[in-house]
Amino acid sequence: MSAVSQPFAIVYPGWDSDATPATPRNVPVSGGEQSPAAAAVQAQFPGAVVRTVVSRGETSLIVNATEIHAMIAWLKDDPTQSYEYLSDITAVEHRDLALAIEVVWHLRSLRFRRFIRLKVLIPKGETLSVPSVWDLYKAADWLERECYDMFGITFTGHPDLRRILLWENYKEGFPLRKDFPLRGRFSRSEQLKNALAANPEARYSMEELSIADAFEELPLDMRRRIASGPKTGE
Amino acid sequence: MGKRTVEVELSTTGMGLDGKPQRVPLFVGGDPAGLAVAAPPAMEPELEGEHMLINIGPQHPATHGVLRLVLEMDGETIVRCIPHVGYLHCGFEKIGEYRQYNQIIPWTDREDYLNSIGNNVAFALGAERLFGIDITPRCTVLRVIAAELSRIASHLVWMGTTCIDIGAFTPFLWGFQERENVYNLLEGWVGARLTTSATRVGGMAADIPDNWLEGLQGFIRTFPKTIDECERMLTKNAIWVGRTVGLGVMAPDEAINHGLSGPLLRASGVAYDVRKDFPYLDYETYDFDVPVGTAGDVYDRFLVRVEEMRQSVRILDQAVKRLPDGPINIDDPRVILPPKHKATNEMESMIHHFKNVMEGPRPPIGECYVAVESPKGEKGYYMVSDGTSKPSRWRIRPPSFVNLSAIPKMVEGHLLSDVIAINASIDIVMGEIDR
Repeated sequence: MSAVSQPFAIVYPGWDSDATPATPRNVPVSGGEQSPAAAAVQAQFPGAVVRTVVSRGETSLIVNATEIHAMIAWLKDDPTQSYEYLSDITAVEHRDLALAIEVVWHLRSLRFRRFIRLKVLIPKGETLSVPSVWDLYKAADWLERECYDMFGITFTGHPDLRRILLWENYKEGFPLRKDFPLRGRFSRSEQLKNALAANPEARYSMEELSIADAFEELPLDMRRRIASGPKTGE
Repeated sequence: MGKRTVEVELSTTGMGLDGKPQRVPLFVGGDPAGLAVAAPPAMEPELEGEHMLINIGPQHPATHGVLRLVLEMDGETIVRCIPHVGYLHCGFEKIGEYRQYNQIIPWTDREDYLNSIGNNVAFALGAERLFGIDITPRCTVLRVIAAELSRIASHLVWMGTTCIDIGAFTPFLWGFQERENVYNLLEGWVGARLTTSATRVGGMAADIPDNWLEGLQGFIRTFPKTIDECERMLTKNAIWVGRTVGLGVMAPDEAINHGLSGPLLRASGVAYDVRKDFPYLDYETYDFDVPVGTAGDVYDRFLVRVEEMRQSVRILDQAVKRLPDGPINIDDPRVILPPKHKATNEMESMIHHFKNVMEGPRPPIGECYVAVESPKGEKGYYMVSDGTSKPSRWRIRPPSFVNLSAIPKMVEGHLLSDVIAINASIDIVMGEIDR
């Protein structure tokens, strides 16, 4: 328990920004002014930015997967950028299945009241894997787990990458992928049959059983079922 | 723990020596350190290392929905907390890929169901940015009214349920009575109380009826009294202070790093409010304050939410005064349905009606992320269009989800009973977390 001896100093967003924020009006559908971060990133990481797109007043940087972690770390720590708030991590798969899967980071700078979107394109057929930013933002913990759960994208470096919204031994795959049918892979009756046939012990994760120290005391067949049960739909 | 001074009024500590109920001032303006958080009980040596696993939920009234917490306890102290979510997962984002933009609006009611009309507004704003539409002045003000009414209703539910969790019953009833007034107003406007589906891309489903503003003005007049009453019950109540001060403290840098938003972040001393910092709906032209806490504990979250309700009333008051006349929908037949009499009498309008209903409006190719300040925090809608009438990706950035992910950090080292208070202070809605 951390001792708090005095009140926190209040942080007011936009402490280094002179601009008065205003409701955006007549936002062009495409084109417009680039965020100052775009040029700064290109200068700092030459060759890492594949493309810069401005759409609806928002700047998207499409970057190489190898440098995304270093780039986000630089954007977070550099005093001229100061993107200290991670809004969202998600992924996009297009209906055109030939297009690459996109992993999207939404970053905010509270200091300058700015917003930027970073994207990594993973072409179809390649391993769905990008570096985790868990070591930079703790907010990434569940957001990356959800992205893995829904799209099957592995975030290397995440300490606890397992399914979050679906259960751990969910076998049907990754629901937000376009090859996943809206109604699921099995019919209602098959789903019911599978649910009734599932062993309820598998609902307890290995982690919970190990911290309870109960795993060793379980019957042998139950231990074997839990230990060998398929964890994901891969 | 802390050296925070919270003024506490009269309270009873129990029975006196003579067997009669004791009624003495516990302290006034003193140092509540001893009262706020009792020191963990001294461990008996032979019990050290014996950790116990406790499961709360998913069916538990104090988890505010189907949340399951697995707690590793050392005696009465939390060593580790593992939250499990997903019991309410129904794939909203997947379903959204198979629906037209206006057909998604009913789904936004059902994610954060305490703030349904606020979600409608947020989704419509996102879709309009995607379409490249600017809404009419009257619609802008009406949406502000909708969003602030829903913020008040959501905070009242938070206050009521948290009071019940901590052991007070009366503010729950007072709060729900006022929430009933909000829902009566919404019912008079859009016809539904909880699942409002009030907005459309480019406007609203309905204009406010005649004399509706008088009802709203009556609410604006009477509601602050209820807040005062609830505050009188709670703010200086020794039990309330004792159960909330010093719990679940998040420092400002930690809170930013964990991605917290909304009252949670502001209680930690970061004045980030989307309405002020990334404004929408002309919020920069309204005169309101952003309450900020300085201790980051459960008590400050309570104070911040109560003050936010007062500020919402201020915004409502200004919105009523500036509400302009004029149309609520933009004049664009590509997204807005023509009036019924035109659709049945004019060829052009009938074609527009048919195309709008059967095919749906089509936004240009592209993407946008629009965030609003929901009662829970920064709620963002990220939409990707491929030029068809259905989004190829619709992503909800759920504030409760990210806020809840910090609960293992918040409850660490606290007592089991404090987990309930800390969990309540996050103001989770499982519909939004699991989606």
